[in-house]
Amino acid sequence: MSVLGVSYRSYRVWQRNRDVVRRLWFVELVPPVVGPLIMMSALGLGLGAFVELDGGQSYVAFLTPGILSIFPMLWAMFDCGWGAFGRMTMQGVYDAVVATPLNIEDVIAGEIFFGATRGALQAVHILVAAAIFTPAYGIIESPLAILAIPVAFLAGLIFGSIAMSFTSVAPSMTAYNFLFAFVINPMFWFGGAFYPLERLPTGLQTLAWFLPITHIVAINRGLLTGDMHWSHLGNLAAALAFAGAFFALALWSMRRRMVK
Amino acid sequence: MSEIIRARGLTKRFSDLTAVDGIDFSVEAGECFGLLGPNGAGKTSTIRMISCVSPLTSGELLVDGMDVTTSGREIKARLGVVSQEENLDPDLSVQQNLLVYARYFDIPKNDARQRTDEILELFQLSDRRHEIVDNLSGGMKRRLIIARALINQPSILVLDEPTTGLDPQARHLVWRKLRLLQSQGTTMLLTTHYMEEAAHLCDRLVVMHLGEILAEGTPAELIEREVGHQVLELRLEGVRREAAVELLQRREGLQLEDVEELIYVYGHTQDWALVLKELTEFQEGVRLREATLEDVFLQLTGRGLFD
Repeated sequence: MSVLGVSYRSYRVWQRNRDVVRRLWFVELVPPVVGPLIMMSALGLGLGAFVELDGGQSYVAFLTPGILSIFPMLWAMFDCGWGAFGRMTMQGVYDAVVATPLNIEDVIAGEIFFGATRGALQAVHILVAAAIFTPAYGIIESPLAILAIPVAFLAGLIFGSIAMSFTSVAPSMTAYNFLFAFVINPMFWFGGAFYPLERLPTGLQTLAWFLPITHIVAINRGLLTGDMHWSHLGNLAAALAFAGAFFALALWSMRRRMVK
Repeated sequence: MSEIIRARGLTKRFSDLTAVDGIDFSVEAGECFGLLGPNGAGKTSTIRMISCVSPLTSGELLVDGMDVTTSGREIKARLGVVSQEENLDPDLSVQQNLLVYARYFDIPKNDARQRTDEILELFQLSDRRHEIVDNLSGGMKRRLIIARALINQPSILVLDEPTTGLDPQARHLVWRKLRLLQSQGTTMLLTTHYMEEAAHLCDRLVVMHLGEILAEGTPAELIEREVGHQVLELRLEGVRREAAVELLQRREGLQLEDVEELIYVYGHTQDWALVLKELTEFQEGVRLREATLEDVFLQLTGRGLFD
């Protein structure tokens, strides 16, 4: 059985990537712990001392849902962007794999699923750190926070698919400067991770809702505080739509590039 | 013997280039079939269509009785592909390269382990099993790529220029392994532009040029048909060269080819002893030798550079 040309065999590519992470576990698993911790301390505690929020919420508590959204995004983007480009070109991994019963859709889907898995794993790290900070700063206020893990997987699907779509047309590694400048950067700063979106001018606010990250941040904010609204269903629907659209785009565009 | 690959009117066109131009050929089970030709002849395009990684533009292509356009996955499950480029997985060890590859074919873990041990032994890589791929020499990498292609016990081994870039020692080792597989009944499809390699390994071959098949047969048949058993080489200069050429041109059925300082003389039914007698005065510049596939190749595809 296959959907969009993707079969269960995409799991084989996921397993391949898992084996590589296992082999290089120190390099693969330590940096993801460090990044969010630095951001939490520097922005949450350092900058946070100057920030006063409605209802007396600590800034690190406000920031954590953002961190829970941004880092899964970054890891999925790195993996399906820079990483995938290397595997596709220099390493010839895709060529070797499509010579087996896997087709290109299996390979790309497997790569994106793995990027999403990295995202989910990153969320686990952040939640653990957040739990440690919670007694002092009141970060996790609801058991719903555990759902940030599947949400990070969904975010990984979206951003992995976006990066993979970019990879499918990238002529060289330097081209990724564009991905960084025009995709990662705006999502990083304008997705509502660091400040309430309402503080932005209306034009930028409207623009922000077209960024997938904005919806992920909104969902995570609800999950950590337990303050859920019907509007979160809208965020979820938007995130699923982004995931589906970019996933299909990545598959289609990669076939265009690889099958000649 | 039964037909294991069959191509009819096989065509591959890229936007501004016809890489393969309606070729017909078939490969019998158990034989080593060679595709020879200079760069740009269409060998790799043909191989890629057979390996189900490149769609046909038109024509028909059956592999092991299945159509490549509808049964890609099934066909790929029975092929072992040795690509021209080194595409081992650099993030994995030698042994993991084989185990992970086995998993792509859904080979159960225990079978994969056993098979990996056997193949590493066969290709003399057992003591390198935990090495990272980048630390292997060129020859070892090549052996590992061939080893990897055997992990699924393929009914057809597809080899795209398997020894390009290897030193003679490494090349001979690869040839020995391939001949061993051949003797065990593995069907092989081989592209190469090393005539010595083709002569060593191929039961039957086709010479391709600019997307077309120019000739087909066993190496011996091709030599006999295209250039005859022997070739005369003249290494002469100035007037002596002109005199010899003039003398030879008077004889019927000789074909002369002028290549820089050498003149090659081909002739199928010539009584070479007689010709040599006439050329006695040029003795030191005249040499009669056995014809090789190289002569066939150059005769058919010309001496220009194709790149």
